[in-house]
Amino acid sequence: MKHIKTINKANLKASAAKGGCGKCQASCQSACKTSCTVANQKCEREA
Amino acid sequence: MIHKFKINGYNIVLDVNSGGVHIVDNLTYDLLENVEPPFSEKCPETVLKKLSKLYNTDDIKECYDEIVSLYNDKILFSEDDYEKFAKSSVSSPVKAMCLIISQDCNMRCKYCFASTGDYGQGRKLMSVETGKKALDFLIEKSEDRKFLEVDFFGGEPMLNFEAVKAIVEYGRKREKEANKVFRFTITTNGLMMNDEQLEFINREMKNVVLSIDGRKEVHDYMRPLPNGKGTYDRIVENFKRFAKARGDKEYYVRGTYTKNNLDFSNDIMHLYELGFDQISVEPVMADPKEPYAITEGDLAKIFREYEILAAKITDILDSGKFINFFHFMIDLDQGPCAIKRLRGCGSGNEYICIAPDGDIYPCHQFVGIEKYHMGNIFDGTFDLDIKNEFASAHVYSKPECRKCWAKFYCSGGCNANNYIYAGDIHNAHKLSCQIQKKRLECAIMMRALRMLEKAE
Ligand code: SF4
Ligand code: SF4
Repeated sequence: MKHIKTINKANLKASAAKGGCGKCQASCQSACKTSCTVANQKCEREA
Repeated sequence: MIHKFKINGYNIVLDVNSGGVHIVDNLTYDLLENVEPPFSEKCPETVLKKLSKLYNTDDIKECYDEIVSLYNDKILFSEDDYEKFAKSSVSSPVKAMCLIISQDCNMRCKYCFASTGDYGQGRKLMSVETGKKALDFLIEKSEDRKFLEVDFFGGEPMLNFEAVKAIVEYGRKREKEANKVFRFTITTNGLMMNDEQLEFINREMKNVVLSIDGRKEVHDYMRPLPNGKGTYDRIVENFKRFAKARGDKEYYVRGTYTKNNLDFSNDIMHLYELGFDQISVEPVMADPKEPYAITEGDLAKIFREYEILAAKITDILDSGKFINFFHFMIDLDQGPCAIKRLRGCGSGNEYICIAPDGDIYPCHQFVGIEKYHMGNIFDGTFDLDIKNEFASAHVYSKPECRKCWAKFYCSGGCNANNYIYAGDIHNAHKLSCQIQKKRLECAIMMRALRMLEKAE
């Protein structure tokens, strides 16, 4: 495309379908302790 | 829903529901001001006419087709169909716990949310017995979760270091029996750290959070000793020693900025120059009456400062060096699943906090708030109504968050800030939202540019 460059895979919806296993780190805990930014966390789901 | 913004000369468009990120030219940016679904086959005449003052008509038509094509691919104006997942947000096993191991502190930080360490409840240390009981409670409530996070927090945890050691030792024994893995972490102000303590921390703690605000005058002003003297010199020496011994293992330095240092990018650079490259620095949350509190009037300056910070960090990365600013960390391809993003921090549900006398609260920031006192590990009380209330406090049950573009990155904000400063865990705290959104814009922009560079 000439005007628009799409950067990523845009796979958020797919992640909902197989997500929610709950293995990942609790967010605020052991990081900054005053805010919740979930987007920077890793997914820990085993394949 | 889409969100578009301009930063440092780039035009970014985020498709909220698919997570799609697009870098666009000025024409697309302006055209997106004027069109939205349902799309007609051709670009509407009125729009063509309006934009033809600035752009060539053929270009506008071509751009319109690109927009429609991305819409058809469901990565622009994609639909919000997450509510059904939100409804499945139910009470979960507990997997993370904060232990207020010391409700006492050897500093008197002016902005301390725990009222200079004692949470307004008097100075107390947690006994080893309480700590052990808390770990048993966590094992019991964790059901099938294997990895259990336990953070030693205060006040200042090092004031009760013997208990930390005994509790960790107990955890190491219990984890084998119960087929769990404890991931211990500790947050410290760095005033006390002898070699033996350092060795223990390095061995047992998965992550360590070191509190420091930045430049000496900034740090010393907000983080003095009880006698008013500054703490910078002492802790910097300790932290450097710590970092050296820590090697490759995880740790962060974390600071707070206030109205007194709205030029906080300088503090972050100062921390970097001291040799720390994993950095988290956040705005103070305080009663607006406090002289150091951040208020609406500071926002323009703060927004600008995040842009400056983004540029400084980009320069460092471009020169081949490493720095990680926690609030710019974002993974646009492999981040957490959407379900996790709907639920947020998990306070009161997956995460709880234990006060020195065994009282249970939804998280460390709720300690002492009677309304959310969930029970006590000694008498077996654990209020499942409160747990359910937190479990269902996801982005779709928070009115402002539902319609917010940042919902899948912010996850509904901090329940504690919402309660304390906006009156209800479901009410977004506007000031936090605005700062959060600016940080996210910077983070998305930086990440997108890096991905673009790689692709080209
Ligand atoms: S807390 Fe604020 S920024 Fe976060 S999702 Fe809710 S409205 Fe958006
Ligand atoms: S409510 Fe706020 S302070 Fe408490 S765990 Fe969640 S993000 Fe952290």
